[in-house]
Amino acid sequence: MTQELLTAAPPALARSPRRASWLGRFVRRQPMGTVAAVVIAAIAVTGALAPWIAPYDPVANDFGAMFVGPSHDHWLGTDAFGRDVLSRLIYGARTALLVGFAASLGGATLGAIVGVIAAYFRGPTDLVLQRAADILISFPLIILALAIVAILGSGTLNLILAIALSFVPRIELVIRASAMSIRGMVYVEAARAVGAGPWRIIFRHMVPNVVAPYLVMVTAFLGQAILLEASLSFLGLGVNEPTAAWGLMLSGTAVEFLQRAPWMAIFPGLAITITVLAFNVLGDSLRDALDPRLRT
Amino acid sequence: MARFAARRLLLMIPTLFAVTVIIFVLVRVVPGDIVELRLVSGGSFVTPSVIEAERVRLGLNKPIWAQFTQWIVGIPRLDLGTSMWTGQPITEEIALRLQLSLQLAVMATLIAVAIALPMGIAAAVRRGSWVDHAVQVISVAGLATPSFWLGILLLLFLLTTFHWLPPFTFTPLWVDPKANLLQLIWPALAVGYRYSAVTTRMTRSSMLEVLREDYVRTAWAKGLAARVILTRHALRNALLPVVTVIGLEFAFLIGGLVVTEQVFNLNGIGKLFVDAISHRDYTLIQGLLLLVAAIYILVNFLIDLLYVWLDPRLSYG
Repeated sequence: MTQELLTAAPPALARSPRRASWLGRFVRRQPMGTVAAVVIAAIAVTGALAPWIAPYDPVANDFGAMFVGPSHDHWLGTDAFGRDVLSRLIYGARTALLVGFAASLGGATLGAIVGVIAAYFRGPTDLVLQRAADILISFPLIILALAIVAILGSGTLNLILAIALSFVPRIELVIRASAMSIRGMVYVEAARAVGAGPWRIIFRHMVPNVVAPYLVMVTAFLGQAILLEASLSFLGLGVNEPTAAWGLMLSGTAVEFLQRAPWMAIFPGLAITITVLAFNVLGDSLRDALDPRLRT
Repeated sequence: MARFAARRLLLMIPTLFAVTVIIFVLVRVVPGDIVELRLVSGGSFVTPSVIEAERVRLGLNKPIWAQFTQWIVGIPRLDLGTSMWTGQPITEEIALRLQLSLQLAVMATLIAVAIALPMGIAAAVRRGSWVDHAVQVISVAGLATPSFWLGILLLLFLLTTFHWLPPFTFTPLWVDPKANLLQLIWPALAVGYRYSAVTTRMTRSSMLEVLREDYVRTAWAKGLAARVILTRHALRNALLPVVTVIGLEFAFLIGGLVVTEQVFNLNGIGKLFVDAISHRDYTLIQGLLLLVAAIYILVNFLIDLLYVWLDPRLSYG
């Protein structure tokens, strides 16, 4: 009796060693990717704990302390409105990660669904979708995102939508190609033979098999989404003042008072570069670990 | 060759038509009325009669297919309509700024190639060495650095070392070559570094592949000089995918120009696009999107021709 109970371990426990070994192998084989993951975790924790660790209110003006250089009171100085640069950087991490994750996951999921459905049903709808996607990927991401902002207007939510939508044709083409090859597999044919409907085949048999390229695309999108958020906010067409966003911190007064207050321009750019770098490196390592065929 | 080129040129017509449809749908799919959106986003109070008058002025009272037909019949005559904001013909607005942006794009591409080819080749030849690692770090950093921030850092460098900033007003190359280059080299560097990253990676992986080929081993075995093997045997064959990447990067340069022209306050196509977005100037956005797509199609056509010229094994079919 007791013997039986011991061997019949709950499934969650039975699975965990396997997962741990995958993680262990990733850490051993992808040291750069592991460092990148730690950096991203640190940025995420910083953003999450922003209200407790930021020394100042990120949107509070202090006209008695404008353009204060890095000092004991303001480690990274203050901006043209006397706002603490370090506090704005810490809160900016929230904006960057929120927009980055929401846009990448949203865009990739929508694109993947469209791709799988197109691959399953084929026919004229697929043809039209395919042509449209072919044309849309001939525009640089930022041009597409800006064109969508022109329709939706600026603001954080519209920015997320614009970035997400500009990712859709890119992932749609990749997922469609993967799904097309899966569609020809014998097990899909077998599922149809035993009477499975199209939705059951799509969600039970095709979707689980495009998860690897999907994850690879999502991680590749993350860095690009954060860079796009920064670029659009810098242009004044993304996140609106006074919200703390790294790209926004680099626009206007940061360039105008470049010589007087260089810290306003140096630190936000550094934050963007480090974050995007970490996501790109992690993305490359994940791609190598998950799906070496996608290596470029 | 001429027949191949002519056929490819003819095939561009249906593609361009599809492009115009997509752009028109993309820009006009606006939920609500363009005119209302534009006037209200301007913050002014508008009466229905004002909206109606504006709609008639812009030709938006006509049915959508009539507007589309009017737009596409103008395209072969290079008539893209008038800007909703300035009232000027769009072709003129673009022509005014194309010279600056085109020169910037060419300079940025030259800088990117000048960085990418030597670095990519060196990394491939010394695979796994510190050279290879350094090249990888430089190119990965290039992809992560926003070009507008690099531009700001360049401005900061010029300010602190020379107490000088490049002027905002554009001097054409033939008027004063020195002033022109001194003005445009900085934004070209900011954009070029970023665009060198992808080309460097491509050069490295393409060279690595070719260096494994039998004929390269034969060349080493018969004692040819390393320089001859690398340039004549390896590079010539490794160049094909690299050329594609350089071409596509050139077509995508407008994306980098959008932010960089803003930093350096240059009145080019990128700045025009940002202005068009801020003013919700839909006809101008439409025209500029068409320009971007046309450049992409044209560059692809040129890459195809170049391919056949670089590699005689490819047929003209």
